[in-house]
Amino acid sequence: MSRILYKDDDDFIPIQIGPSHPAVHGTLPIYARLDGEIMAEVDLEIGYLHRGIEKLAESLTYHQFIPLTDRLNYVSPLICNEAYCEAVEKLLGIAPPPRAVFLRVIMSEVSRIMDHITATGPNFVDMGALTVFWYSFKVREELYRLVEMVSGARMTTCYPRIGGVVRDIPQDFIPKLKKVLEQLPPMIDDLMKMLKKNRIVLDRTMGVGVISAEDAIEYGFSGPCLRACGVPRDLRVDEPYACYDQVEFDVVVGSSGDTYDRIMVRFEEMLQSRRIILQLLEKLPDGPVVIDDPRVILPPKQQVYQTAEGLIHHFNLVLEGIDDIPVGEIYHAVEGANGEFGFYIVSRGKKSPWRLHLRAPCFAIYQAFPQMITGRMISDAIITLGSLNIVAGELDR
Amino acid sequence: MNHDQVIEKLKSKFGENIQEIVRFRDELTVIVKSAVIREAVSFLKRDPELTFNFLADLTAVDNFPEGEPRFEVVYHLLSFNNTIRLRMKTRVCGPDPKVDSMTPVFKGANWFEREVFDMFGIKFEGHPDLRRILNPETFPGHPLRKDFDGGPSDEYCPVPIREEK
Repeated sequence: MSRILYKDDDDFIPIQIGPSHPAVHGTLPIYARLDGEIMAEVDLEIGYLHRGIEKLAESLTYHQFIPLTDRLNYVSPLICNEAYCEAVEKLLGIAPPPRAVFLRVIMSEVSRIMDHITATGPNFVDMGALTVFWYSFKVREELYRLVEMVSGARMTTCYPRIGGVVRDIPQDFIPKLKKVLEQLPPMIDDLMKMLKKNRIVLDRTMGVGVISAEDAIEYGFSGPCLRACGVPRDLRVDEPYACYDQVEFDVVVGSSGDTYDRIMVRFEEMLQSRRIILQLLEKLPDGPVVIDDPRVILPPKQQVYQTAEGLIHHFNLVLEGIDDIPVGEIYHAVEGANGEFGFYIVSRGKKSPWRLHLRAPCFAIYQAFPQMITGRMISDAIITLGSLNIVAGELDR
Repeated sequence: MNHDQVIEKLKSKFGENIQEIVRFRDELTVIVKSAVIREAVSFLKRDPELTFNFLADLTAVDNFPEGEPRFEVVYHLLSFNNTIRLRMKTRVCGPDPKVDSMTPVFKGANWFEREVFDMFGIKFEGHPDLRRILNPETFPGHPLRKDFDGGPSDEYCPVPIREEK
């Protein structure tokens, strides 16, 4: 229920955009009172996609929760998978083999490119520029095909496992990935030629939806939206997890914290992700893709079908979960496509977590949205919302 | 600046208000009395050496069958300058739990506290706009409490009510 109600004593026009409206890209209702075309007062309502994932986690084993992490940020599910698996590994005190770590990071960087394309493409559609959408979504589609090749699904990937990844990559994956990545710089070059000197794009994005660096930090911004304000903060560099300490890349920062900077940071980050993937492909080590630890990994199918021990082991792991989970609590954050994506897990040594909380970057970012658009036009609000890339899946959980 | 120095500084400032210090997997948890939690977080943020300027996360944990204090409110702080994380906690008693709001210290605490209020029913004193956020206004109870009855119990839920045998 919104605070913004019809009032008889003033001339403001109350409007409601969403929850089902093409301009809000998801189920994000915006209640506003308009002074002409200016947003005089704004209130947001969230929760239309709330599925109680944190409550569900309290009755699932640590393995059973992995598929639910796909449904958080469904635009870049592999990063959510990676974040959760790393968090549980930190709790258990185990480390996956290097090949698995590399594969996870490669896939999450592929995911990041897809996410940034999904953020920027439709953002220009809101401005009436369909070309950006078509140019960039061609590459995105091919990346989706690669994700499908590796994980078997386009969006509900569920590829990483606690202690590694579910299977090795197919043989022709690396050449295909390199081929798709070759298309990325020309695509971005083409788009830059179209956008950087386009008067309409500049007028619509520059100085729109501005937030200062101090406010952004106060509100808990992270990821591209914080970097667009000129704060060089990236978890991949500042607190390197997985194998990010073995690659070289630049942290992309903007300066003014407006919509234009957020879009440009995302474009540049795609190129940096490409750089990371190419370096990792060069260094990709051989070896197993799952940890050799029967406590967390299902036995090979041959053993399950042919030996009693294997079958018992399999059933135990599926029904009872992991044995001897340490008692304690951990917080592990990764650099998601939208910012700091963290898992807070409290373990009481039971088969399922006592409490699992996930820190979604959008949740912190979206609360600053009213401040960013109050006093601006409706059309600016739509562009700003697109550039923040609010994904309802991780916002509402 | 490392965890030991953080503990030292907190101890010299808050002395006996610190109830417990836990280290697990290179993470530091400091539990303080609920009366000083806002003061403590504000000190951590404003101290020129500590500079915990980023509230990464705010949530709560319900320890239901274990008796009082039932709830724990958890603050995950991060210092950009020193790149260290710190988990501050405070214990709150039910059945009408109350704790000072963190919104005067961090603007970003607003929605996180609304979520905790929605899910656990913990009231944040001094919060400018404490409403439910993810659940509808008419939702019965606080779903993340351990004694929340997840089964369908009223006309709000369209699923038929389970008969107990």
